Amino acid sequence: MSALAGAEGARVTTPDPRIVSGWSTMARVVEHRALQYRRTFRASIFGSFGIPVLFLTAMGLGLGGYVDKSADAALHGLTYLQFLAPGLLAATVMQTGSFEATFPILGGLQWNKVFHAMFSTPIRPADIVYGNVAWIAFRLSLVGAVFGIVIVAFGASRSALVVLAVPAAVLTGLAFATPIMAFTATQRTPDRFATLFRFGVTPLFLFSGTFFPIESLPSYLQPIAWLSPLWHGVELCRMLMLGTLFETPLLALVHLLVLVTLTAVGIAFALRTVEARLVKG
Amino acid sequence: MSETLTTDAGESAREHAAAPAAQPAAAATDSLIHARGLTKRFGEFTAVDGIDFDVQPGEAFGFLGPNGAGKTSTMRMIGCTSPISDGRLTVLGMDPRRDGTRIRARLGVVPQADTLDNELTVRENLLIYGRYFGLPRDECARRADELLDFVQLTDRGKDLVEPLSGGMKRRLTIARSLINEPDLMLLDEPTTGLDPQARHLLWDRLYRLKQRGVTLVLTTHYMDEAEQLCDRLVVMDKAKIVAEGSPQQLIERYSTKEVAEFRFAPGIQETLDGQFEGLADRIERLPDRVLLYADDGEAVVQGAHGRGLRPETVLVRRSTLEDVFLRLTGRSLID
Repeated sequence: MSALAGAEGARVTTPDPRIVSGWSTMARVVEHRALQYRRTFRASIFGSFGIPVLFLTAMGLGLGGYVDKSADAALHGLTYLQFLAPGLLAATVMQTGSFEATFPILGGLQWNKVFHAMFSTPIRPADIVYGNVAWIAFRLSLVGAVFGIVIVAFGASRSALVVLAVPAAVLTGLAFATPIMAFTATQRTPDRFATLFRFGVTPLFLFSGTFFPIESLPSYLQPIAWLSPLWHGVELCRMLMLGTLFETPLLALVHLLVLVTLTAVGIAFALRTVEARLVKG
Repeated sequence: MSETLTTDAGESAREHAAAPAAQPAAAATDSLIHARGLTKRFGEFTAVDGIDFDVQPGEAFGFLGPNGAGKTSTMRMIGCTSPISDGRLTVLGMDPRRDGTRIRARLGVVPQADTLDNELTVRENLLIYGRYFGLPRDECARRADELLDFVQLTDRGKDLVEPLSGGMKRRLTIARSLINEPDLMLLDEPTTGLDPQARHLLWDRLYRLKQRGVTLVLTTHYMDEAEQLCDRLVVMDKAKIVAEGSPQQLIERYSTKEVAEFRFAPGIQETLDGQFEGLADRIERLPDRVLLYADDGEAVVQGAHGRGLRPETVLVRRSTLEDVFLRLTGRSLID
C-alpha cells in the first residue's frame, strides 16, 4: 500500500535487501558521512594544508636549523627536516584517525542517534562499522595526501616511495581508529576521551620516534617504543620516504603486520561493541 | 515488477500489504503482525510478559499504557532491533530472527526520540534515508519533495534540522519513515512532548495516512491520542496486556457511559467515608477528587445534593480510556 499521494503509474519499489550486497549497504553509510562532510569540506582541506606547513616550517626548518648545526650522528646524516617529515605524517594521520573514531562515532550512537536511525532500515550494525571505517580511511587519505604534497614541496622526501608513505600513514591511522571506535561504542559520554588523548594518543605522538630517534631515550625506555603502534607506522613511513625500505625488508614487514593486525582486531571488537550498542538486549 | 524483485514469486512489497505472502511462518494468519506468548527479558527483569496480539492490514492499532508498561520493548521487537526472548512473532509474514533486514526494508519507524541528522538539511535527511533503502537518487528526490509537501515542510527543505521546532522535527521524522512506502508504520509515542497545536497537526497527518490504508501501530500514554487514532488497541500494564478492543468497546466493557467528578475543599474528602455508597455503579477515590461512574451523571449529582454533599466543583463527562485504565489497573495513565 503506498503511503504517498498519487501512487498511480510505474513506481520504483524498495529493493529487496536479500539481493543487495553488503558492499552496497556499507556504501550507503559512507554516502551519509560524505554528505555530512560536504558542508565542512573547504575548511577541512584548508586546515589539512595548514598543519603540515606550520609544523614543517617551525620544527623542520626552525628547530631543524639548530639541530643540523650540532650534526648529531643519531640522525645518520639526515637533515632534521628529512627525519621529522615521515614521523609527522604518520603522527598527524594517527591523531586525525583517533579523533574521527571518538566524537563522530559517539554522535551517531548517542547524540543525534543517526546510527540507530540507520539500524531501523536494511542497514545492519556491521554495515555501520565497515562504512565508518571506510569513511575514516578516506578522510585519512585526504589528510595524508595533502601532507605528502607539502612534504614534497619542502623537499623533505628522498624517495619516490613517498607515494606509498601515504597509505602507510593511513594504515597507522586505522590501527588507532578501529580499536578506539570499539571503545567509543561502549561509552555514553565523551568524558573518557580526554583521558584517552591525554594518556594515550598524546604520549605516543611524542615518544614514538616522531620528533627524535628513540635511541635518544634511556635504554630501558626504548623497548616501550616497540609497543607503540605509532612507532611502527613512523618507521614504515620513514623507510619509504628515505628509500631505506629494501635495506631491512623483514623489519618493514613486521611494521606492516603490526598495523594490519591492530586494524583487524580493532574492527573485530568494533563489530561486537557497536552491535551490542544498537541491538537492545 | 522491477528487476530487483525476482528472487521469490509474489515477493513484491505492494502485494504483501493486500495479502501477506504465503510463507510457512504465516500460514495460519493473514495478520501483518502475529504475536503469541511474546516475551522480552533483560536479565532478571521481564519487560514484556507473554503477550498475544494480531494486527490486521489497514488498521490503526495502539498500545496504550503508562511508562514502563513494555510498549517500547514490544515495538523494538516488531521493528527487529531487539531479539525476542520467548514466544512467537511474525512480522509481514516473516520471522524477525531470520529476516530482520528484509522486514526492516518494509517498515516505517518513528522512534520515541528524534534520530534526525542535525548536520544535514531537512531535505537531505529524507534523501539519505531513502538511500538506506537502496532507492535510486532521483526516486529519493521525487519522494522527498512529495513527503515534504505532505508534512507541510516544503519551505523548510533547505534549512538545517537543528532550529526546527519539536513538532516540525516529528513531522520530518514521519516523512522520513514514509520514504520507502512502508507496508507497516511503527510509531513510538509520536506526540509525546509536543504542544497541543503541534499534536493536532500530527494527528491530522496520521489520520490521512490511515485513510489511505496505511497500517499504523502506535504506542501512547495519551488516552485522547488512542481514541483519536486507534481502530483497536490493547491496554498494557506491568508487561502484560490487560484488555483489548476498540476504544468504544473498552469503554462500554469497563466503564459506564458517564462520570461525575467531585472536587472538595482540601481536607473535606477524607471525612466523607461511605457517603457516596449507592449513588453510582462504581466509585473511585483519587487523591484530589472522587469519580462516580454511572450511565446518568446528572442523576448522580442530584443524588449527591440530596445527601447534602457540597463539592467545590462538579464535572459530568463521558467515560474515556483513562477511566478504563483506572478501572483495570487502579492507577492513572500519567502520574
